[in-house]
Amino acid sequence: MKNKQKSIWVFGDYRNYFQNRVTLQLLSRAVDLSRITNAEVCAVVFGHQIDEYIMEYTAHGADRILAVDDPALKSYNAEQYVAIMENLVQERDPDVILIGATDFGREFAPRLAKRLKTGLSADCVGLDITEDGLLVQIAPSFGGNMLAEIVTPNHRPQMATVRPGTFKEIPHDYIRSALVEKLPLMSNMPVPRMRLVEYERAAEREHTMENAAVIVCGGRGMGNKKKFRKLSDLAKLLGGDIGATRPVVYAGWADHDALVGQAGKHIKPKVLFSFGISGAIQHTAGLGEAGFIIAVNKNPQAAMMKMADVAIVGDAGEVLHMLIKELRKRIRE
Amino acid sequence: MVTELPWDEATGTLRRELVGGMMNPACMHALEAALQIKEHYAAKVTAITMGPPSAEEILREALALGADRGILICDRIFAGSDTYATSLILSRAIKKECPHYDLILCGSYTSDSETAQVGPQLAEELKLPAAAYIEDMEIKERTLRVRRLVDNFRETLEMEFPSLVTVSLENYKPRYTKMEGLEKAFAVGDIITLTAPDLGINAGFIAANGSRTKVRKVFLRKADKANVIFQGSAANVVEDFLDQYENKISWAIGKDIEEEDLSDEE
Repeated sequence: MKNKQKSIWVFGDYRNYFQNRVTLQLLSRAVDLSRITNAEVCAVVFGHQIDEYIMEYTAHGADRILAVDDPALKSYNAEQYVAIMENLVQERDPDVILIGATDFGREFAPRLAKRLKTGLSADCVGLDITEDGLLVQIAPSFGGNMLAEIVTPNHRPQMATVRPGTFKEIPHDYIRSALVEKLPLMSNMPVPRMRLVEYERAAEREHTMENAAVIVCGGRGMGNKKKFRKLSDLAKLLGGDIGATRPVVYAGWADHDALVGQAGKHIKPKVLFSFGISGAIQHTAGLGEAGFIIAVNKNPQAAMMKMADVAIVGDAGEVLHMLIKELRKRIRE
Repeated sequence: MVTELPWDEATGTLRRELVGGMMNPACMHALEAALQIKEHYAAKVTAITMGPPSAEEILREALALGADRGILICDRIFAGSDTYATSLILSRAIKKECPHYDLILCGSYTSDSETAQVGPQLAEELKLPAAAYIEDMEIKERTLRVRRLVDNFRETLEMEFPSLVTVSLENYKPRYTKMEGLEKAFAVGDIITLTAPDLGINAGFIAANGSRTKVRKVFLRKADKANVIFQGSAANVVEDFLDQYENKISWAIGKDIEEEDLSDEE
């Protein structure tokens, strides 16, 4: 029986901070999980001039921070990060490593898992832990229509990447303290074979409905064309697109381009608002990969309400009006 | 796209034999990238897949499009492999059949889980430099220069052959199969099948080096939805909703949303 302190590690992914808050969200979940197994929560962060992130991770729940701060790490490099992480894991033997499913995380995590000869589940949308420390990883499978419960029974650490937005971060507490270990760059650091020649922040990607992060869909329940058109105020506010059901397109409230469903677009927004839509299969067939669904309808029994994460019972027009008003107040530009 | 795949309750694995011959769209892009290299350099393209006997159709399709040969890795003991095991098996086949490869191209995700893990894990297995989600490639001598868009950064990277890339869906739109190519691919296509013994793999090897993860159960996605119901006046429900779920929306729009309405206190 080992008597070592159990540890849940969270990889500090700070590129695009503070829009990208996945590390803080993972810290929050790690804190929940750590209570069940009596583990410590440890944030691991690599880079150059990273004191800001050490402070943030402390304020958001880390008990310990392992930091490697070196000019050689001033840009993200999967090969180098894998080497440093492998070293640390072998030295300290954590039970769990959580990594945000950013583009970098999705490249870094599989290599690290392979290097450590352990399992990894990707793009998790839920995490639990048993009292004896088995991490239960909920991940989408089969094109997103199903969820799988995945475990790594016989190998450690247990690794998962988690979609941003899955967990809610703990509000910051700058009074908190953590044990910060500033570690030197490993001496036998491999020279990366993949060289970064140049990089720049990208211009906005060409926008299509298929890659829109937010879509506001409306159906017959909006009442009339004038009310339907109000949906575009919400869409504009959220930088999203308008989607429509077939009856609405036939009625001429929306263009055919906006049709979502079997005969129209298949969408995968992070957030989908659905106003006054009953949820006929011809429409919902286009929503397979929608992330978080908010449905508004007078009828709580509507199929669309049943498949939503949040179902708001009420008049679609009124709720829309209030939502626009409230968001205008709250969104910080 | 395959959106509904047959799941075998008894073994907890995907019944790939029922999926039929459909090349993964992401792999179509990877093949297209390979074929474009072949148009400019004296390159030979080998298409490799692991799956049931019916997966041979995918290789025929690849040959029809312009690949030179196909390798089907097919054995019952490979069924249910996770990405860890899959990348190991693929690496064995590549070492055996294509020991002098310069570049490995993979799709950037797979149809059954979109995990995008196999490419990077294969690179690790073969100890190769690698770049994921590449949109564009340039070859000079033995140097591969790639461009990609990751986490809102446009990056240009260089590495030496041999190396591995996963190809994004942004570029390299797949070409159409020509009828004559298809006929030839079925008539004379150069396709071999490798079984576990061919790769020196047996049940004991799989037990020790195979899948690290285990799927305990699979359930319909909607069962996972909390389906929280809000009821009341429009003003109240909107306020409650935003207080509880502002993080979902702020993440999607990339802007901060105040958790509580502070405007009254000003």
